[in-house]
Amino acid sequence: MSINTRIVDDFVANGIEFVTTVPCKQLAGVIDEIEAREEIYHIPSNKEDEGMGLCAGAFMGGKRPAIIMQNTAIGVTINTLATLTQFYRMPLPMLISYRGELREPVACQVEMAVHTKALLQQMLIPTYHFHKESDAEELDAILKYTFMCNKPVAILTDASFWGGYGDQ
Amino acid sequence: MIRSEILRDIAPILRDHLVVCNIGLPSQELHMIDDQPTNFYMLGTMGLSSSIGLGVALAQDKTVISIDGDGSVLTNLGTLPTIANNVADNYILLIIDNGSYGSTGDQPTYAGKKTKLENVASACGCENVVTCDAKDTGKALQAAIDSKKMTVIVSKCESGNIKLPVITMDPVVIRDRFMKSVQA
Repeated sequence: MSINTRIVDDFVANGIEFVTTVPCKQLAGVIDEIEAREEIYHIPSNKEDEGMGLCAGAFMGGKRPAIIMQNTAIGVTINTLATLTQFYRMPLPMLISYRGELREPVACQVEMAVHTKALLQQMLIPTYHFHKESDAEELDAILKYTFMCNKPVAILTDASFWGGYGDQ
Repeated sequence: MIRSEILRDIAPILRDHLVVCNIGLPSQELHMIDDQPTNFYMLGTMGLSSSIGLGVALAQDKTVISIDGDGSVLTNLGTLPTIANNVADNYILLIIDNGSYGSTGDQPTYAGKKTKLENVASACGCENVVTCDAKDTGKALQAAIDSKKMTVIVSKCESGNIKLPVITMDPVVIRDRFMKSVQA
């Protein structure tokens, strides 16, 4: 089973039916898988804070949401995380591609990578870092934890987890 | 007419539906005029009223009205293509367009200058876009509800505010009673 299938299987098994995405090269496979699943309404967002608004609405409407985005989005969404997701106590699993880590070919990505964990820590957002494929074994428990505690939770997935960037 | 007069006018229509209300004065005004558990008041996060409302509409069948402002829609302009491409026929976006950032001191917005949000919405692919004068907002809103078609209403009104207190209700209470109304 591919890692993309496995991740989305865990989403479905945890009742996630509404997923918004802002693309990243590393996330292309998992986004394709989200789009292919009948159990999930896939709604691409133009910006990640917009996506968090959609997820807040879907949650209040009775559907478990999730957002898939790149770590650069942490820079875009601090206000939304604080004043919407956290202030109203809403659950939000955030599957995040952790660009700018080992094997990264694009120097600029490192500039947000060095802030990513510090920002998440400052926001008191529970954060998990998937570095090896076997780390995904915890995803099911992380999703259960997110919907138990009604908080945004970050799952950082780096290039090593996704198998690198190919021939670059 | 100013925004608070529109809200007073349409409150009897809003009362029967799920409402997501924009940050700042619009929420404070609606809260004062006709507080209902079916109202979700935004206490922060400028720009996301339309997105939150669309999310609620896509997740369940009851009619959802997002009350937004021209300034807030400009803040989150990416919302219009998302709305256009994810049709929810139980969703109405009511943009109260007074051409200014009312909650922050009535600074002019670009919607009060050359930019026409109704044209932007149409260009983004929204199929039912209605423009009306402030006094006709109730009529346009009721027609949109009855049509059972996703509709964007741009209601043109004058800029101006009334003095009123902030909302002190706990956000989790606002969220909880709104969710109970969804499930009722």
